[in-house]
Amino acid sequence: MSTKDWPLWEVFVRSRRGLSHGHVGSLHAPDAQMALRNARDVYTRRQEGVSIWVVPASAITASSPDEKDEFFDPAGDKIYRHPTFYEIPEGVEHL
Amino acid sequence: MNTDLFAYTLRLGDDALVAAQRMGEWIANAPQLEEDVALGNIGLDQLGQARSLLSYAAEIEGAGRTEDDLAYLRDEREFTNLLICERPNGDFAVTIARLLYFATYQHLLYDALQGSSDETLSGVAGKAVKEVAYHVDHATQWVLRLGDGTEESHRRMQAGLDQLWPYTGEMLASDDLVGRLAGVAVDPSGFADEWHRRVRDVIETSTCAAPEASYQHTGGRDGRHTEAMGYLLAELQHVARSHPGATW
Repeated sequence: MSTKDWPLWEVFVRSRRGLSHGHVGSLHAPDAQMALRNARDVYTRRQEGVSIWVVPASAITASSPDEKDEFFDPAGDKIYRHPTFYEIPEGVEHL
Repeated sequence: MNTDLFAYTLRLGDDALVAAQRMGEWIANAPQLEEDVALGNIGLDQLGQARSLLSYAAEIEGAGRTEDDLAYLRDEREFTNLLICERPNGDFAVTIARLLYFATYQHLLYDALQGSSDETLSGVAGKAVKEVAYHVDHATQWVLRLGDGTEESHRRMQAGLDQLWPYTGEMLASDDLVGRLAGVAVDPSGFADEWHRRVRDVIETSTCAAPEASYQHTGGRDGRHTEAMGYLLAELQHVARSHPGATW
């Protein structure tokens, strides 16, 4: 009907305190306030979150698949960047 | 059986049940998928309130009937919901106008009902008041956007508000039943001014005009319904009546 008139929004939900907001999906809404409410209805109806962010999809600058090699390949052979050589103290849950 | 308490619980349950049925009609018909989910959620909130209230009514009656019996096996004249709940959905603006009127009413009602001396009613109200606050917000957001949107959306929003105004008086009227249940029930006339203030505030901010005083329909609380009610009940009840006692 009028989907083309409503901009796309990306939705980020924080599932509980102490965690960061994670991307959960996208939706259409006429403006930011309605996007927030739609996100509440579409993505948190089963108590998935304690906080919601909505961002206009058009405001997101994404890396291009064409740049994949120079962006990501150099990290491939540097295993010392991974924190796998350390003992994780007990009680640290979200490392 | 406490006949008055039964009648009171039943009428609040009927309001919620019939409102939920109308909301359900929007599923797969709303202007957007997102709005589909929003209206569906609101309808489910209302249905949840209806279930709590009708179950409690059945318990008060103590005649072995269940919430399902009350929902599916009563005839039109035995339903005591407000007429505004049963009026057809109309276009989206009419539905939003009803949600503004009805949810604002329910919010004031449940808020006051939390102080009821009846613990079950007070408990149901305590849970419902938060749900209904969201319904008011949803309606408000849309009235503001449609009223202050395009020429066409403004015209439709105004028409929706005007069309249902003659059914608002019944919501805010007192009657003998709530008088006899002082301390248990809430007399809507006690919050009528506040209802008018809140609704008028939204309407005027939306650049629509508050509808003028007009003839007010009544009869719902006595089981005298509009022509829309029979069709609504036919759709609501026909499966349960065609297959008596069927379970999932």
